[in-house]
Amino acid sequence: MSSNKVNNSLSIATPHPHGMGLGEKAGIGIGVFGLLILFVTMAGINLPSKTAFLTASILFMIVGTVIYARALYLKHPEGIKNNGVWFKSISNRGLIGWITGILLTGFYILLYWFPELLGLGKDGAANTGIVAFFDPLSKSLNGNAASQWFVYGTLYTVAILALGYKFILKYRHNKYQVIRTISVMFFQLGIAFLLPEVLQALNKPYYNFANMWPLNYYFFDGWHIKQLSASGALGLFMLVFGIAMFLLISPILTYFYGKRWYCSWVCGCGGLAETAGDPFRHLSDKSVRAWKIERWMIHLVLVFSTIMTAAVLFSFFHGSQQKYWVTKPIFTGIVIVIFGGIAGLLLLRPNYFRNMDKKAKVITFAITGLLIIASVVMFSLDKKNLFFIDAGKLRSVYGFLIGSAFSGVIGVGFYPIMGSRVWCRFGCPMAAILGLQQRFFSRFRITTNGGQCISCGNCSTYCEMGIDVRAYAQKGQNIVRASCVGCGICSAVCPRGVLRLENSAIDIKDRTTALKTIHISEDSVTLL
Amino acid sequence: MHIAIIGNGISGITAARFIRKLSDYKITVISAESDYFFSRTALMYIYMGHMRLKDTQPYEPSFWKKNRIDLLKAYVEKINTDQKELRLKGGNTLSYDKLIIATGSKPNKFGWPGQDLQNVNGLYSLQDLEAMEAASKNLERAVIVGGGLIGLEMAEMFLSRDIPVTFLVRESNYWDIALPEEEAKMVSDHIREHGIDLRLETELKEIVDDGAGKVCAVITNKGERIDCGYVGLTAGVSPNIHFLESSGIDTQRGIVVNELLETNIADIYAIGDCSQQSNPRPGRRPIEAVWYTGRMMGETVAHTICGNKTSYDPGIWFNSAKFMDIEYQVYGTVDTRLPDNHGSLFWQHPSGKKSIRIVYEKEGMHVIGFNLMGIRYRHEVCEKWIKEQTHLEEVLKNLSLANFDPEFFEEYERELLYIYQQQTGNSLELKQKRSASAVLQFLGF
Repeated sequence: MSSNKVNNSLSIATPHPHGMGLGEKAGIGIGVFGLLILFVTMAGINLPSKTAFLTASILFMIVGTVIYARALYLKHPEGIKNNGVWFKSISNRGLIGWITGILLTGFYILLYWFPELLGLGKDGAANTGIVAFFDPLSKSLNGNAASQWFVYGTLYTVAILALGYKFILKYRHNKYQVIRTISVMFFQLGIAFLLPEVLQALNKPYYNFANMWPLNYYFFDGWHIKQLSASGALGLFMLVFGIAMFLLISPILTYFYGKRWYCSWVCGCGGLAETAGDPFRHLSDKSVRAWKIERWMIHLVLVFSTIMTAAVLFSFFHGSQQKYWVTKPIFTGIVIVIFGGIAGLLLLRPNYFRNMDKKAKVITFAITGLLIIASVVMFSLDKKNLFFIDAGKLRSVYGFLIGSAFSGVIGVGFYPIMGSRVWCRFGCPMAAILGLQQRFFSRFRITTNGGQCISCGNCSTYCEMGIDVRAYAQKGQNIVRASCVGCGICSAVCPRGVLRLENSAIDIKDRTTALKTIHISEDSVTLL
Repeated sequence: MHIAIIGNGISGITAARFIRKLSDYKITVISAESDYFFSRTALMYIYMGHMRLKDTQPYEPSFWKKNRIDLLKAYVEKINTDQKELRLKGGNTLSYDKLIIATGSKPNKFGWPGQDLQNVNGLYSLQDLEAMEAASKNLERAVIVGGGLIGLEMAEMFLSRDIPVTFLVRESNYWDIALPEEEAKMVSDHIREHGIDLRLETELKEIVDDGAGKVCAVITNKGERIDCGYVGLTAGVSPNIHFLESSGIDTQRGIVVNELLETNIADIYAIGDCSQQSNPRPGRRPIEAVWYTGRMMGETVAHTICGNKTSYDPGIWFNSAKFMDIEYQVYGTVDTRLPDNHGSLFWQHPSGKKSIRIVYEKEGMHVIGFNLMGIRYRHEVCEKWIKEQTHLEEVLKNLSLANFDPEFFEEYERELLYIYQQQTGNSLELKQKRSASAVLQFLGF
């Protein structure tokens, strides 16, 4: 019995710190050693055997995390483990949290804009630094020297695998979490990382089947279409698959299961957020103000990416009439069908959209109208650009602002400050599309269990998307929100068994309006 | 019309919110405890670092102004029912047209020697939490007295800071005044699994003063002395109504109210933990200090005050809790010792952390109660079965409708059918797997 416990800690942030066990310390030590090897290469020091040291580095990081997670979680019985989350400097926006945020942000800035500082060889020169350190692995996988993106992809995958294991141990009592995490680990390792490398080794186009337009914003770039259409049957399949993904497959899956099938089961950004980002999920802003900003921001990004893509394609088909089956008139037709279809749906099926904000409807009409009119007018005038601006310029502005700054630097760099889903919540155009589908055409909802809610706030606190889940649960109302990625953590942390992720077509148009009473047995009390 | 509400807990705040929805009356909510409504049930999570106080507040600070609900931080010392006036600590007064008393509970103290020493506290208010926090630094052991929900919450809290806990429980198993024996044993085992020093059939006799007015040990009824720096008194709660003495408002254990939640004095109502039903509905107790009854009373009294007289009807009993890692839900009647006219089907998972119990009336074979450990069941479905006196076999065949566990979780409904077959020889088929659509159909969507 440790009745002579004395607390010698001078820490202010932690009222009563846990003694860290030997296992946890050993795990951290080993993991940090693996990281140190990477820092050494970043500092430009040339290690004698790259293969051995890279293997060691990756192994140390993974093994260290495994040892740490086992020591941390297996000493307690299965169950929710959020003790001390708001006391720890790393997870309460304390000093360590800020330092981590700044380091991550710095890494992303180097990655996107100064890769030569990481050692990327310019104009065919040999790599140095950390990029060179990854050359042997890159060569063995795809036959070429590494790029900064190969370094990034490898580390990204290692992070999802190692921290995915940690996540699985943390939520080992919850089969939904375990299976979901195995899924994101599989898609990252197999589909997002290895398969494209293997494809390249076989001299086929780099292609990530787990990514799609508009998250993959270069999909409709001229060079990409050219590359795919020059790659025979496989290339054609990739092109068709990519289009079918956003036009057919994803709406159908979202109809059946909600956007979670993608955002928290398949997507790489989601995969990192769910694993590496899990310790920061409570840092998302739950205020009504944040929700307002979110709705404007994410839908503006969607509009931007749609306009940009339409403009890029419009210019691409200008003057390439003979080469492709799709020609400029056909493309103009497609624009009319797709956007006319969206506007028509809004007009002809008002029942589905009865909860939609009026402003949002007007804006949707305006944008669909603009795209149709612009493409018809510019087509008949035989112009190269859809909007008087060079499409390439539009594309590079999008790439810089959204593709690099938002999704990378802010999206991951700010994990310890704004939570793990900043990009998914405020910036991802894919999440925006799936969100609209989820909100208006999906069987998915989170059901509230009658009158059991005690308004404790665990669900809202641990919602990485900043949804105030409690606001619905305490009213006995189902939760149907465009942003919900269906991670299921609200249901997991609920101490009273109140929340369940469910799908049903029966009440599809009334998922939100069917406000159930808290006063469930009093039929005479009207509901408010 | 000015409605004054004493207490900003779930009862008072629900009343205020519904009065605002139903009327334009001026509303003032008075509390000395906190600036804003917070979820009392979440106090433990603040201590454990799961949430901040702010996270336990269901409404943003701007909510109150927007909805014209005035918040007054003050302590009501006396009610002058003739003048319709509240006397506040510090001498100010506040007049009202209608008054709702929603002052909640206070922890029980049973006259133990030393019960008012420093670092001897219950866990009910924000101040209790602050006291616990202040005492936790360098705390070497805490003793918790009283084997109910709050006692176990407190044990879990100390455990989260690696503070050893001794837990004195008068009964022969944890909370066996509310749980049938098997379930009570499961929880007792789980408490020990977490390393809590659980002492069953042990009562507190005396709390020992260290000479400076602080606790230094307790002495049990078995004569054992346990050194400790903190004593948690969690042997239940009782209505917080001492300030009503000589006010003329009728009180017994709580403030006596009729089913319209009116006290004996016109325009004064009492709701939540502090109220006592003069004529409770069958199957319900006169005082029920649980979260949802406060919420229901708040909603009900708002209707009455706004001109639509509504009697309080909490419906069929339900409740839930979490014992460390084991969730608990109950619907309907589940007696700790089965009376002769009740039968029970009980299944327990080999892990000892999950169980399902279905209680039925032997004569009509209709279902009257569900007790779940480590498994979630659907409130509306269980309630409908109980309300409609559904036959046990009908319930068993459709048991999957009740399952509310997350997707991919093991389903154990078949086990109950098997146990039923063993007990009666009747073999039943489970009609279907769980499905949200089937549930919606069943509930008559």
